[in-house]
Amino acid sequence: MTSHLYRFFPVLEKREIKVNAKTVAEVLQEVNKIAPGFSDYIIDERGALRRHVNVCINDTFVVDRNTLSDCVNDGVTVFIFQALSGG
Amino acid sequence: MSNVILLGTRKGTVIVDLNNNAWVPRPIQHAGIPVCYAARDPRDGTLWASLDHGHWGPKLSRSRDGGETWEDVLSLKYPEGARYIVKYLPTPDFDPEAPQKQPEYKDATVYKIWTMTFGPADKPGLLYAGTIPGGLFVSEDGGDSWELNRPLWNHESRGGDLFIGEATSENKWGGTPASIDYGVFEPGIHSILIDPRDAKHLYMAASSVGVMESLDGGQTWAGRNKGMLMDYLPNPEAEWGHDPHFIAACQSQPNCIWQQNHCGVFFSEDGAQTWRKVSVLEENVHFGFPIAADQNDGHTAWVVPARADSERMTIDGGLFVARTSDGGETWQSFRKGLPQENAYDIVLRHALDVAGDCLCFGSTTGNVYLSQDRGESWICVGSNFPPIYSVRFG
Repeated sequence: MTSHLYRFFPVLEKREIKVNAKTVAEVLQEVNKIAPGFSDYIIDERGALRRHVNVCINDTFVVDRNTLSDCVNDGVTVFIFQALSGG
Repeated sequence: MSNVILLGTRKGTVIVDLNNNAWVPRPIQHAGIPVCYAARDPRDGTLWASLDHGHWGPKLSRSRDGGETWEDVLSLKYPEGARYIVKYLPTPDFDPEAPQKQPEYKDATVYKIWTMTFGPADKPGLLYAGTIPGGLFVSEDGGDSWELNRPLWNHESRGGDLFIGEATSENKWGGTPASIDYGVFEPGIHSILIDPRDAKHLYMAASSVGVMESLDGGQTWAGRNKGMLMDYLPNPEAEWGHDPHFIAACQSQPNCIWQQNHCGVFFSEDGAQTWRKVSVLEENVHFGFPIAADQNDGHTAWVVPARADSERMTIDGGLFVARTSDGGETWQSFRKGLPQENAYDIVLRHALDVAGDCLCFGSTTGNVYLSQDRGESWICVGSNFPPIYSVRFG
């Protein structure tokens, strides 16, 4: 995931996190158990991906930004990116 | 005199301490994160900062040790089923009749936690927060949990109770340009007042909406815009669509309420039942964002005027503060200690505060000025801060 999140969740720093999940939404729920509050940074109160955040399953961007229902198969890697801009 | 000032800036929270007669800023906190509002709860000393994360969503941050450490407060959220009727910023391809044809609904999410108001001393834990898109939230446990005020959210001026079904009335609330950064054009609540005589007596103000009052702790709300005048809609006296930039009340005379509006400065002596315009463009008191009400004298207030609307800069390059002591009949301009050439400072709605005889304001140019003589002369506290969104005495 983007290293900028480590500032808020140092427990996640330099870790390869393995979770059992069937969808991207479930992945976030599992990470949230390790780092409480984490999912609030990635999704809003409706469960939608925040505007300037993106998630990939391996090298494919998720399609369902509203509920993150995209399936994650065994062995795939989920990446979390953020847009970088401003001054 | 207060010895702490909190600044909410584009790059974090700055706490400025008075040490040996010098105002000294501490190292910035929430570094790099826009902070749209920062204030200290006078009841228990808790510091609050509203973080406007560009990526990670709006969040409250709370410090219970004077700013040494901070914790996220993630509980301010719209409940399931909270919807609103979407507004659109008019564009060349916008169909002005579209909203009347078929309201478009959207599930509510918090875009910005714009302001906070602390309850009275005998209501510990009572907090209010105003958001974009137009939510008034209340906490009764010091911010651990928050609840949307549904009577205001479901008000007939917004289409009625959209939790239970379709709109039953037209949405009269306009959008605020302050929401455009989030890719929307929705209303925002930026001012919340609690009557010091009665904690159930509330006011709130929202941009492109107006002022509303509740006499029963938020169970019912009514518009309070009689006497207001607009210069940007066909009917200047329409009930809705007014653009208060900020409202402030005198603590000792709470019926005296001041309003810096997009269309001038307005004053009410009857608890917002009626307003009268008290600014005069020719006297350079008209447009601006903040307004501060004297805590003891209901007829005294301060503004930081700016040139509207095409420039939104200081008037003729000189920064000044204007004060009235007679309910807006006359205004005095004070310039001593403020730059009078090549100044382009704009002071946003939460960036002027008063505490006794002291006033402080900060600008989007990163300057902070302080007065200890009721605004008549000023010293510069610092001139290299990030753009400043809020200034509050601690």
